[in-house]
Amino acid sequence: MDRLLNVTTVLSVLLLVMVLVSVRRAHIRVEYSVSWLLACAVMLILSRARPVLEFVTAHTGIPDTPLTLFLTAGSVFLIMFFRFSIIISHLRDDNIALAQRVAILEYHIRSLQGNEN
Amino acid sequence: MTRATGPDSVLVIVPAFNEEGAIAGVVGSIRREMPGVPVLVIDDCSKDGTLNLARAAGAEILALPHHLGLGGCVQAGYKLAHELGFEYVIRVDGDGQHDARDIPRILERLKSSGCEMVIGSRFVMENGSRAGVLRSLGIRFFRAVLRPILGQPVHDPTSGFVGVNRRALAVFSRSFPLEYPEIEALVVLQRRRFRFEEVPVKMHPRVTGRSSITAAKSLYYIFHVLLGVFVNVLKYDRRQRRGPSRASDGGKGG
Repeated sequence: MDRLLNVTTVLSVLLLVMVLVSVRRAHIRVEYSVSWLLACAVMLILSRARPVLEFVTAHTGIPDTPLTLFLTAGSVFLIMFFRFSIIISHLRDDNIALAQRVAILEYHIRSLQGNEN
Repeated sequence: MTRATGPDSVLVIVPAFNEEGAIAGVVGSIRREMPGVPVLVIDDCSKDGTLNLARAAGAEILALPHHLGLGGCVQAGYKLAHELGFEYVIRVDGDGQHDARDIPRILERLKSSGCEMVIGSRFVMENGSRAGVLRSLGIRFFRAVLRPILGQPVHDPTSGFVGVNRRALAVFSRSFPLEYPEIEALVVLQRRRFRFEEVPVKMHPRVTGRSSITAAKSLYYIFHVLLGVFVNVLKYDRRQRRGPSRASDGGKGG
């Protein structure tokens, strides 16, 4: 169990560092890094604060403490993926509307140029 | 610049993606059947010579900066037609399957019936054109699903050979399904209490290229369209319950 918690601690810290480096290099925008940082923080707290993990295990009826850790991690990432799906959908809608607008404006510009010539 | 002229102004739009084998013939046949009617080819960022061939054939071009898929491509045409003030828009596919000789019949029904949409249907007549086995099965399935939702039978719900008037144009330029749009578009119209009719048309085998809906994609197509239909039903039912003023609001394409 301790070894498992050490592994998840190392993974959480690695992820945390990767996210911070990516934000610093502007590969991830700050607003989208918040979800990742929160996920890392949750994993880190559960990995290092064993009483908290055991408290959650006891009160959720999960039969196994490591299972609690993985279920929590899975849940956090599912919520993040859901949030990103919403963001991607909005971006796709905006992207399509913009592409259509660019095409229509180019059509108008060509038409105006054609009228001038 | 192509501008709507008069109260009965008509525009023919042709969505096209990599249709260099067929597009010149499609534009030419439309111009022969509908002299004086502008033809707008919406090029969905083709990688072949579609754009140049369409222009050479005498079409106006709306060139999308990147590939949007059929729904986004058609909606771009509807948006432009609406901005330019056209009263009627006929959509003809760029693959050569639709017979331009049927356009006057669709237009005539659109004007005389007062319906918001007229669908060129392969199956209105008993001896109408035949689709492939898989497509026929899919069409039968969607006929059965759509019958209670639309409140009237629709023989060819997947037909892309359609005419719309300005009221439908206003709706579609704000809200149009982006993937596999034909069936969902019917539901979008019906939920606004708009009407549609079908007229018999002939469809030819595709001149070049392949349908975007392959056998492997059929299951995804059915699932996607069913989901889109029910989302539209729920969305507009909720708006109706909230109040009639909101039922006419536009939404984003889905």
